[in-house]
Amino acid sequence: MKIIKTCLTAIISSVMIFSPMAYADKWSDQFPHIKATGDIPGECSYESMSKKNYKGKTLKINTHAVPVMGEPTALHAEQFAKLTGAKVDVTHTPAGDLYAKAMVPFQAGQAPYDIVFGFSNFINDWRRYLEPVPKKYVEMKQMQDVTPSHIGIASWDGVMYQFPVDGDRHYLKYRKDVIDNPKYQKKYKADTGKELRVPRTWKEYGEMAAYFNDWDWDGDGEKEYGSAEVMKKDDLMYAAFYSRSAAYSKNPKTPGGFFFDLETMKPLINNPGFVEALTDWVEATKYVPPGGINFGLGDEIGSFGGGQTLFSFSWDDAFVAAMQPDSPINNKVGAAQLPGAMKVWNRESNSWDEGFNQAPFFVWGWAVGVAKKSKEKEMAFDYLCFFANEANHQADIGIGRFGVNPFRDADFQADVWTQIGWDKDIAQSYVDTLAEMEKSKNRVFPLRVPGTFEFNAALATAAAKALAGQLSPQAALDEAAKQWEDILNRVGKDNVRKAYAVGVAMEDNKL
Amino acid sequence: MNFKHKYVFLFPGLFVLIGILIFPIIFTIRLSLSGWNSYTPEMNFIGITNYIRLFTDDPRFWESFFRLSFLSVSTVILQYIIGFALALMVWREIKFKRFFRVIFLIPMMTTPVIMTVIWRTFFHESLGPVNDLLGHFGIGPILWLSDPVIAKFTVIIVEVWQWTPFMFLLLLAGLLSLPKEPFLAAAIDGASSFRKFVYVTFPLMAPISIGAIIIRLIEASKIMDTVFVLTSGGPGTATETSSFYIYIKGLREFQMGYAATLSFTYLVIMIISLTIIAKVLTKLMIKE
Repeated sequence: MKIIKTCLTAIISSVMIFSPMAYADKWSDQFPHIKATGDIPGECSYESMSKKNYKGKTLKINTHAVPVMGEPTALHAEQFAKLTGAKVDVTHTPAGDLYAKAMVPFQAGQAPYDIVFGFSNFINDWRRYLEPVPKKYVEMKQMQDVTPSHIGIASWDGVMYQFPVDGDRHYLKYRKDVIDNPKYQKKYKADTGKELRVPRTWKEYGEMAAYFNDWDWDGDGEKEYGSAEVMKKDDLMYAAFYSRSAAYSKNPKTPGGFFFDLETMKPLINNPGFVEALTDWVEATKYVPPGGINFGLGDEIGSFGGGQTLFSFSWDDAFVAAMQPDSPINNKVGAAQLPGAMKVWNRESNSWDEGFNQAPFFVWGWAVGVAKKSKEKEMAFDYLCFFANEANHQADIGIGRFGVNPFRDADFQADVWTQIGWDKDIAQSYVDTLAEMEKSKNRVFPLRVPGTFEFNAALATAAAKALAGQLSPQAALDEAAKQWEDILNRVGKDNVRKAYAVGVAMEDNKL
Repeated sequence: MNFKHKYVFLFPGLFVLIGILIFPIIFTIRLSLSGWNSYTPEMNFIGITNYIRLFTDDPRFWESFFRLSFLSVSTVILQYIIGFALALMVWREIKFKRFFRVIFLIPMMTTPVIMTVIWRTFFHESLGPVNDLLGHFGIGPILWLSDPVIAKFTVIIVEVWQWTPFMFLLLLAGLLSLPKEPFLAAAIDGASSFRKFVYVTFPLMAPISIGAIIIRLIEASKIMDTVFVLTSGGPGTATETSSFYIYIKGLREFQMGYAATLSFTYLVIMIISLTIIAKVLTKLMIKE
């Protein structure tokens, strides 16, 4: 009897353990993209989608150019078409034109696209033209795993308008083989009298970057440089500047706004905290690779990911690209929180508060919504749900060029990353970095107000002038602040205040 | 016979003219008097507010306009000189004349955006072949795209490379259509090649030269794709031109009303300045 019982238990256990695999294989044979996990059961899994029938219907999608976000959009469109019988037309658009390409038909009351991809900070301008995500998707299992920060980013006043497909934040990436190298630690100490370690502050970052600039420190016969950063105007450089500014300007003792003083709506971007950050950044032009002042995001990913620099900070893509098996610096990189500062500006006392301060920046990321005027809303939401299903998501986040980054609690497990070949300690440092950002109580969220583009463009132009030596940091930021005042007057202070209050509530941990 | 019928035959042409020329201009003027943007998506009427903003509070537009003037004038002068020299070269009886004529036209036949991407790769300061090559001679790295002064010259290099063939084509056509008699007379008088060029070729080519220069100035003043791909107007605003600035305001920041104001003002300025330039060139180059 005991033997029969044991055998039965073994058989049942085997069935339980191996059945998901057998189930998964059925789909991964047809769709090799998910070969690592197979299909993962859920409301929008391959199995579930195969039961839908959208034959004779066409879904139109406007997404970013290939590869970043454009490639996964097209890949999942092809898979979705195979599973459901739908015809899916995917249009690829450069990043700078995504906003206008959707906005022009939106304002004209047309819907040439059922699904529009853009950035999460478009939400305030786009939300009146987007269909809120239906309750059944908001409440489904795969959505429950999305971190509260990213639910907040995809929502406005508690209503979700953007379907979470990506999670973004800026953090520090560094060459572990240099920073942890005892030979270089000794040399750095001997030459500078300071410890070589993961930089805690932007000043340390600058010192180390300058030291490891313009010489061949990895022995590949080519010169390496200190840092790769997004410095090209109109190519998301404003986000890099906010990352550098957060530590100097986001003071946990003075809630009520990072970009504006919520009460008075006075722009804060020319206060001494931001000026200090811009001064550091101007200094950084000395330790970026030649031409680094013109680096856009793609250049930054290529430069750090290709082993050209010691440091970098921005979205996950450069880190994931560096960790891919074909990268020359595979398993030689580390992740850490953005550097902090040893002082932070207190706008109430009008003085510096001394002491270490650090503030993670939850920068905007890829976002996607369904047009309110779309005639294929159900199919559109099914596509998005399928795009972000667990199997696709796990496969997508391991491919740097896809631009799909972690936004689910499950992503913050080191095992997810060791399975795709990352060293355990690197995977751990990566997930710890992301998880710590989620826990931080001194976070900065992107500006999401009417006229966001104008505000960011004015700031970027001013910062670019400072980087190019056309203006001093103070003069540049004064010019930007003046332009922000003008934009405020045009848009209406109260309109901006009302929208900005939503972001401030997130920053002040009230949402 | 009722001559009023003749107007009926004018309608199709007139209709097309109104549709493709008059309507867009009138629409742009109307748009320029509105505050249409991302947060006010309507053709409201705000009077001349946008024009006041442009003339009192937008130095960036004027800076971009003067930068454009420098870039377009300098590129067209260089294109004219090089184009004329090349046209003179293949005008003569030289070996492989047809081959050279085709070779000189190749840059113009390529797609500007794609060629600019290739030039950008060439000039990439740390990964491009130009600096790599110069490095072998101990030169550089030259900041082709990230130095505010050098970046302007990089834009000029690309523009000259791309559009000199156009100038070459027009000038060669002009040279081929010149009458032979003045050259025969100059030869009988024993004029040197230099004197023949100064006193015969150049004056005879003046009307064609003015036409070619004006056509190229009109085109060069719309320079956008090269700047967009090569430098994005940077570093800072060092290579930002009027058309690129209007593009930023209209399609990046979605200030449609204000972008229309910039476009219309720019159109008026260009019509006036090109008319003046044409008159000045005629006075300087064509002697009665």
